Amino acid sequence: MAVTKLFGASVKRREDPRLITGRGNFTDHIKLPGTLFMALKRSPHAHARIVRIDTSKARAMPGVVAVYTGQDLVDKLAPVPCAWLVPDSDLKVPTYRALAVDKVRYVGDAVAAVVAENRYIAEDAAEAIEVEYEVLPAVVDQEKATQEGAPQLYDDVPNNIAFHWKLHAGDFDSAWNQAEVKLTRRFINHRLIPSAMEPRGALAYFNPGTGDLTIWCTSQNPHVHRLLLSAVTGIPETRIRVIATDVGGGFGSKIPMYAGEMLASAISRDLGRPIKWFESRRENYVATIHGRDHIQYVDVAATRDGKITGIRVKSYANLGAYLSTASPGVPTWLFGLMLCGAYTIPVVHVDVYGVVTNTTPTDAYRGAGRPEATYLLERVMDLLARELRMDPAEIRRKNFIPKEQFPYTTATGLQYDSGDYEATLDRALELVNYQQLRREQEELRAQGRYLGIGFSTYVEVCGLAPSAAAGAMGFQGGLWESATVRVHPSGKVSVFTGSNPHGQGEETTFAQLVADELGVPIDDVEIVHGDTEMIPFGMGTYGSRSLAVGGTAVIMATRKIKDKATKIAAHLLEVAPEDVAFENGRFFVKGAPDRAKTFQEVAGAAYLAWSMPEGVTPGLEETHFHDPINNTFPFGCHICVVEVDPDTGRVSFRKYVAVDDVGNVVNPMIVDGQVHGGIAQGLAQAVYEFAAYDESGQLLTATMMDYAIPKATMLPRFDVDRTVTPTPVNPMGAKGAGETGTIASTPAVANAIIDALSPLGIDHIDIPLTPERIWRAVQERRG
Amino acid sequence: MYPSAFEYYRPSSVSEVVQLLSQNPDAKLLAGGHSLVPAMKLRLSSPAALIDITRIPELSGIRDAGDRVVIGATTTYDEVMRSELVQRTLPILPEAIDVIGDLQVRNLGTIGGSLAHADPAADLPAVMLALGAELKAVGPSGERTIPADEFFVDLFTTALQPNEVLTEIAIPKPSGRTGMAYEKFANPASGYAVVGAAAVVTLGDDGRVSAARVAVTGAGPYAVRRTETEQALIGQEPTTEVIKQASQRASEGMTFNSDVFASEEYRAHLTRVFVGRAIAKAAQRARG
Repeated sequence: MAVTKLFGASVKRREDPRLITGRGNFTDHIKLPGTLFMALKRSPHAHARIVRIDTSKARAMPGVVAVYTGQDLVDKLAPVPCAWLVPDSDLKVPTYRALAVDKVRYVGDAVAAVVAENRYIAEDAAEAIEVEYEVLPAVVDQEKATQEGAPQLYDDVPNNIAFHWKLHAGDFDSAWNQAEVKLTRRFINHRLIPSAMEPRGALAYFNPGTGDLTIWCTSQNPHVHRLLLSAVTGIPETRIRVIATDVGGGFGSKIPMYAGEMLASAISRDLGRPIKWFESRRENYVATIHGRDHIQYVDVAATRDGKITGIRVKSYANLGAYLSTASPGVPTWLFGLMLCGAYTIPVVHVDVYGVVTNTTPTDAYRGAGRPEATYLLERVMDLLARELRMDPAEIRRKNFIPKEQFPYTTATGLQYDSGDYEATLDRALELVNYQQLRREQEELRAQGRYLGIGFSTYVEVCGLAPSAAAGAMGFQGGLWESATVRVHPSGKVSVFTGSNPHGQGEETTFAQLVADELGVPIDDVEIVHGDTEMIPFGMGTYGSRSLAVGGTAVIMATRKIKDKATKIAAHLLEVAPEDVAFENGRFFVKGAPDRAKTFQEVAGAAYLAWSMPEGVTPGLEETHFHDPINNTFPFGCHICVVEVDPDTGRVSFRKYVAVDDVGNVVNPMIVDGQVHGGIAQGLAQAVYEFAAYDESGQLLTATMMDYAIPKATMLPRFDVDRTVTPTPVNPMGAKGAGETGTIASTPAVANAIIDALSPLGIDHIDIPLTPERIWRAVQERRG
Repeated sequence: MYPSAFEYYRPSSVSEVVQLLSQNPDAKLLAGGHSLVPAMKLRLSSPAALIDITRIPELSGIRDAGDRVVIGATTTYDEVMRSELVQRTLPILPEAIDVIGDLQVRNLGTIGGSLAHADPAADLPAVMLALGAELKAVGPSGERTIPADEFFVDLFTTALQPNEVLTEIAIPKPSGRTGMAYEKFANPASGYAVVGAAAVVTLGDDGRVSAARVAVTGAGPYAVRRTETEQALIGQEPTTEVIKQASQRASEGMTFNSDVFASEEYRAHLTRVFVGRAIAKAAQRARG
């Protein structure tokens, strides 16, 4: 694609004035007359049998309209669906009720719903419901949950193992037997809480007169929610409208179907009144999905000169109490397929056990499977470098897939589109001034100070696609994207996208693409998203797919517009379409640039339709469903420099360099923002954020007073740079940037801290590297 | 995040406050509300009534009372921090307030509210102990003065009676070669002190410590003086070795909290480290 005026320009986000002045259309801003408020009674126990629920006090409270228990809704609402049915894994999907019926299985599991005239009454009434429980032993650790004698969550999920997924590529035993160097480790990739700025909520209104359900909700994928709501309520899709225009962040947590949205819909249908439900932050922390939570056993075979010849991974993935919408796919495909990383690892054996425990369900959280794979590999690289006394940069270089080998097929079967991994490493080394830094490290060590340098040379997979691959992986949906481009008679353009930005800035980037293609001012282009009545069926925004897949759909639809407009212009100019050129919004006769029609004139003519070319219909509107041929594979090198205070275990950040390659960039400012936010989140996993449960299944980090979201003052300055290796997969050459920072930064930070402590003989500490953990490791070594 | 129902009163004088407290035994005083209101939203606290004391002029403001600085209980953190008198005479206060919450918290949070709430991880209790402040309370039988040393009694518990209101805090101005410092290890989630150490050190003409007050917050159920540490300093030249020996005694006889972020053992260790750092900084400042 020709790089024109706006492609590559840091256009300011057009959505921001609305959002930062409080004029967004968030779900909680929508008010309907006659609305009732719903509050949920949640279980305080991680595992218990429900003996009796007494709702009489709640029902008697003035302003309370109705109270529902699980039993009341069994016939009105199907179970919460799981939509990623990973094949060949002996998958068991236990029944997941919006309101628990016989048993509760995690703290926060909903047992009753109250609707009342206002939210205060609803909360008071929920408190007044009396539930008698028979408390059962709980299990929160996924490895322990598989052991003999562990509490069983379900009768039909023996040993709590919901699936066992395998990917065995090559002969690991032979690689292991022939290995000159062997490495065996156990890693923990701990649980995180997504913490989107806006919690989840819904306003559902079933109009008994029309039979239509309209639901405003916090969704990353409104059409998917429409489909699933139809499936659980029995209301036809044609009668359901899902609206999620402004959504305050998601990080994956607003992909799944949840109890709250389902209950609001079913109860609205039952009562014929609008039902509003919104989580508190505390509910958000216990009842919206969590992410990560793997225990990984790793065996690595390598040669003495540092080439990895095989890797074997056995992972226990904590699924939580129920299987959330996409949860089986995240720790399997999205993890296992990426276990070659940026390296020519010829043999990969992966076994993943998906385990149910008495904890909040887990699902896709920014990076989803790829951070777990990348952290594992990048830790392995550092451990191997240390074992072989090699420089961590050099061991990575030695294992990189050389740039001449792209497109490259990995042992796990992915085809990496394009790459030049050494270029990002070299640039990062230069930016961080590596040789001098190592000298400084030596000098400081001599003074008893602990400086550390950490690498992460990652590759990740974006633009989840194509649909045939989704089918092979058991994902119950397609992974294409749609766009409709409607040119109005005045030449103004509305773009209806199936992507559903909730912070990513597509109202700006998609408009840049369209303005370039059509040669119209960006202000003439409106991006419409998030309303199933307005947009074509769309798959939504997640997996860094919106630009690569949704953006391509927009471009392809726009090109159809151009083709048709060219025919109309040629007709108006009385020449053949081949003789018409289009530049800067003008159609003109080749060789006679004065004989021209503007795009706006052609648009007007298309609607007047007084004189159309043979076989061309009136109007100027086109739709395109784009199913890509492959994923895209962004990559890069992040280097983190820290100093550790051995007396307290505190880490101070000295420098953070990120050199990413996301292909061509539509809007550098937006990509920088994505990279910054991503690094913040990934860095936070390394040192700040962790979800902790006690043995009885109580979440100990259930508020932001205990769960450490990174603030600006807790982060270093980020030095961000890019190399550009376009992808051949889409016409923009753009790969995707939504998750790179999160995936790359956790191991870069962890490796830096462990490098700092290496003079003490420390070669691994499990994340999160909190001050106490570091201090304890130092104490152990110092004695 | 929706509190249960409560009555709301907004008295205009201290005597009215005392009267309302006597009439409403389940009432809570509302000042900045930055501890109380979040607890109410989580329904950890459900007072029957709130008595808003933020519109009582006599409770707010900072004045120079000769050898003491007197700060009204509802004076905000921000007002204390910006006071030229405080900056000049009690620089440990701006230093400590600077690491409390964020700008919004400091704009609304009050000095008396923090002290009366007695959160085990609040910063100012340790600072007041180190400064030797006196806290004035008014109740049905009149007013009384409570030394900071006797004010903090237990977890969220002070020497205030249920029908008393904290009205002002009087802090002696330091004399001679005095240095003071507050060193804090903040919890990355809450910003509260995992351990906070306050030290006020006075040097004699011979360069030896003539007076020292050291206090710790965050580590245990309530803020405490560290008198063993103080004793180990007095009469000594504050060398690195002396400070190290003195700070080793800072965890003696203390009860430590434990939570998901920091164990008892780690808090004890941090207490020694941060007491040492605060003393070293205070001594350095005393030397000028």
